Amino acid sequence: MHGDTPSRQGTASRNRRRVLVKVLRYSLLTFLAVVVVFPLYITVVNSLLSPQQIASRPPTFFPFHPQWGSYSTAWDAGHMSEYMLNSVIVTAIITVGQVATAILAAYAFAFLEFPMKRGLFVLFLATLMVPFEVTIITNLTTITNLGWYNSYQGLAVPFLATGFGAFLLRQAFLQVPPDLKDAAALDGYGHWRFMTRVAVPLARPTVAALSVFAFLGAWNQYLWPLLVTKDDRYRTVQIGLKQLSSTSLDQVNVTFAGVVIAALPLVFLLLIFQKQLVRGLTAGAVKG
Amino acid sequence: MISTRSAKSRRRLRESGLAYLLLGPSLVIFAVFIFYPFLSNFYLGFFKTPPFPGLPNRFVGLSQYQEVLTSSVFLNSVRTTVAFAFLTVPLGIALGLGLAVLAHQQLRGIAIYRTIFSSTVATSVAVASVIFGTLFNPVVGLLPWLGINPQPPILDNPDWALIAVALITVWQTLGLTFILMASGLQAIPDELHEAARIDGAAAWSRFFRVTMPLLSPTIFFAVVIGGIFAFQTFGQIDLLTQGGPLGKTNVLTYYVFTTLRTENNDGKAAVLAVALFSITLVLTLVQMKVLERRVHYAR
Repeated sequence: MHGDTPSRQGTASRNRRRVLVKVLRYSLLTFLAVVVVFPLYITVVNSLLSPQQIASRPPTFFPFHPQWGSYSTAWDAGHMSEYMLNSVIVTAIITVGQVATAILAAYAFAFLEFPMKRGLFVLFLATLMVPFEVTIITNLTTITNLGWYNSYQGLAVPFLATGFGAFLLRQAFLQVPPDLKDAAALDGYGHWRFMTRVAVPLARPTVAALSVFAFLGAWNQYLWPLLVTKDDRYRTVQIGLKQLSSTSLDQVNVTFAGVVIAALPLVFLLLIFQKQLVRGLTAGAVKG
Repeated sequence: MISTRSAKSRRRLRESGLAYLLLGPSLVIFAVFIFYPFLSNFYLGFFKTPPFPGLPNRFVGLSQYQEVLTSSVFLNSVRTTVAFAFLTVPLGIALGLGLAVLAHQQLRGIAIYRTIFSSTVATSVAVASVIFGTLFNPVVGLLPWLGINPQPPILDNPDWALIAVALITVWQTLGLTFILMASGLQAIPDELHEAARIDGAAAWSRFFRVTMPLLSPTIFFAVVIGGIFAFQTFGQIDLLTQGGPLGKTNVLTYYVFTTLRTENNDGKAAVLAVALFSITLVLTLVQMKVLERRVHYAR
């Protein structure tokens, strides 16, 4: 009895300490999670309240009588339906275009020999050094001269190629074993068939990551759509939010509903393609 | 022999042709929408845009560069942008890293916390700006209710506007920073932590001696990219403060935009764009020189 009491006491206190540490960890995590997510939570709540409830004090933190009307108001009268459609169209064109041009260019850099290969590759990388904001003055003139001001072409065409994507895919293509190339050649595969049946399928994780990355970038664009659109026929959803939020405060629930609508596609993207998203976002940070 | 050589050279020629064909689409886009507009900035800067449309541009040489780059508005804009970078980058990385370290443990339900910490990836700059613009509103917002009610209201307040926009930006990019840091942490082998633990290293010293050095490439990347992002800040300013109050949030990109859009002054905007590019480039190169030496690359 005398012998084992201290050790038993020791185990008990160690257990108690372990539980305490666990409780502390969960409390800290939960507190931080609440802080991070609160702005999003209150946005959803406010979108379901009446403007009077939103302005009332103390604030309402749960929509006991959700009023969904704000969503249909935002969708119809607030033109969110048009903005969303425009964003979907422009984002789809940019994503498909970037992935396609990047695959073609990366294939050339990874599998073909040609004069000025190094120089052209450096040129591709040099595009990463020029922030888009620096090019807007002449680009606006170019787009206007082409007759593309306030059009889908004007919104999408400047972004149909990506030096970053070509670089990323080239790295992936270089991982394709040379034996496969020889085997494919023996089977009579030309370049096109080798690209579509062997190289691209093998590089699928990178293609997926690049797609998610391109989608995110295109969907979130703000400066360029603001510059080249002038009416609701072509405004994208980010610019639409500006229009919506500038309406009066007694429509503030509609503004919140619009914010939720604008964020939903990315919420789904995050939930479904979490892995690809992480890979796409962190691709640049890979050392080497 | 001659025929095989010519067949070989013909094949090589075909291969080159194919390569240029594949690079063509990208090269055309780059040439028209990146290199040409980039280079034409330098040239446009030599010309004064007339005050009324229809009049010809006037060649003024370097004098426009001198005039714009020494103006107090420009210098204020550079200061504001640098201040904004210092307000957003260190805080954003510290918070993202802190959350990543906290979420990097074996606990039941930790996946839920990870999802919540990365959730702001689903917000765009416009979404975040509209949310906080409304929450900060003196009439319907929550901030006054919390007792934070400076006069004039926070986004119109010369002392607070830039800080407020910076905090909103930190929140909006937190998800991205968290994801970056968390995947950086995941790449560190657990054995290294175990070894340090067995050697008797305390949690703090494990963090600073093992985790930080191995994470330094990720942190380095986040600092460089964060700096570049800060110099491209635009949406928050356009939606929340329009460069005001008193130019306190007039960051460079917003200054380029208003010069182009409101003043219709292409020449001056081009000079500002050249400055924006040069500052970003120098900043990136300096960061690479200074920070890269401290980065610990494994292997």
